[in-house]
Amino acid sequence: MVDRIKDQQDVNCELVWREISNYLEGDVDPALRARMDEHFSACKHCASVLAGTRNVIALYSDERMIEVPAGFGRRLERRLAQSARLSGARWSSWSAWLVPVAALALIAGGLRLANSLSDNPPLKFSQAQPGHDIPPGMVVVVSTETDSKLFHVAGCPFIHDKNKVRTLTAQQAIEQGYTPCLRCMRKYLDVASDHGVDSDGDDDAEAEELSTRR
Amino acid sequence: MNAVVNNPEQAGTTREQELITRVQRGQNELFYELIRPYERRVYAAALAILRNETDAEDVAQEAVLKAFAHIRQFRAEARFSTWLIQITVNEALMRRRRERTVVMEGIDERRDEESGYAPRDFADWREIPSEALERKEVRQKLADALATLDRKYREVFVLRDMEQLNIQETAEALGISVASVKTRLLRARLMLRDLLAAGWEQGWFSRLPFEKGNKPW
Repeated sequence: MVDRIKDQQDVNCELVWREISNYLEGDVDPALRARMDEHFSACKHCASVLAGTRNVIALYSDERMIEVPAGFGRRLERRLAQSARLSGARWSSWSAWLVPVAALALIAGGLRLANSLSDNPPLKFSQAQPGHDIPPGMVVVVSTETDSKLFHVAGCPFIHDKNKVRTLTAQQAIEQGYTPCLRCMRKYLDVASDHGVDSDGDDDAEAEELSTRR
Repeated sequence: MNAVVNNPEQAGTTREQELITRVQRGQNELFYELIRPYERRVYAAALAILRNETDAEDVAQEAVLKAFAHIRQFRAEARFSTWLIQITVNEALMRRRRERTVVMEGIDERRDEESGYAPRDFADWREIPSEALERKEVRQKLADALATLDRKYREVFVLRDMEQLNIQETAEALGISVASVKTRLLRARLMLRDLLAAGWEQGWFSRLPFEKGNKPW
């Protein structure tokens, strides 16, 4: 097929192929463009090449062609937040959806924990972290009945006895040696899983929480 | 007559400019909102250069952090997306140089890029159903075809046709001449057309995965 074209329209076809990309960019002078237009209307092969090349550009420029690994956006946002050290600042409304998801995860985790209390898993204090970017004025609670050194968001199901807590700010809690609960303060820690808030990787968090329940 | 702007693109640009200004004035927490529309393109640019998903994600994150650190240097005469992609390309190229992870790309890499390239397939490939890209197998075919291109062609094609940088910006990002960008772009587009036109003839663009009444479940 190419040979036949070469025989019949050698110069024109080769010129067209050489300039077809520039033609699509609008980067050929008007005289050449007119000659090429004329050629496309006469040569079905070059017209097909032009259409196909247009198709290539249209297909690959489609947003759907860019696929990112699962959890990419969340990991990016987390790294950005960690790096930015935005004390006291809200980090983009995008994470707002995490709040209800986290709440559900806490409930689910609480049920799972209740079922596993008799399992007496090994203690894992190594999971304790100071946290980062925790708004200093955030209201948190700590248990007054145990020697737990964790502070929680009010309502966290991992507080030993919800009727025996005292309220303070995150800054005060940190100054008094408390560290954030791995469950309810998860968004301020480096433990968030890429598989979702309530992932299977929560066992360590549960174990650590259990360690505070004497 | 009211001069109400109903153009979504223009409205998006205005919102972007507002976000840039606010972040530059210290509202750091808005930065993710600013870059979020481009995060996929940042990743794709890094992947085009590094060809390794883990490295690409790491470099994409590094590039975004760098953009954040230098946001006050951004000037409105450039497109924000272009600025971000250029930072990403630079990061990716530096990573590749630093780690010397240049993959042997085959003998074609050394081929004279100025030599002519003649189309090999003249399938009548005029129309593509726009829904073709909904199908993962089609996207995979396209990705596979792109992956067969030599690095120098792939990089130019990704930056120009997927990332929407213009020719000049692509040249600057990759540190090559405008003439080289044009030559490589021509060849990349024609090679992809050849690869995909053959697929068109085989019917994988148009064939539905499961014909009606022939579902596997």
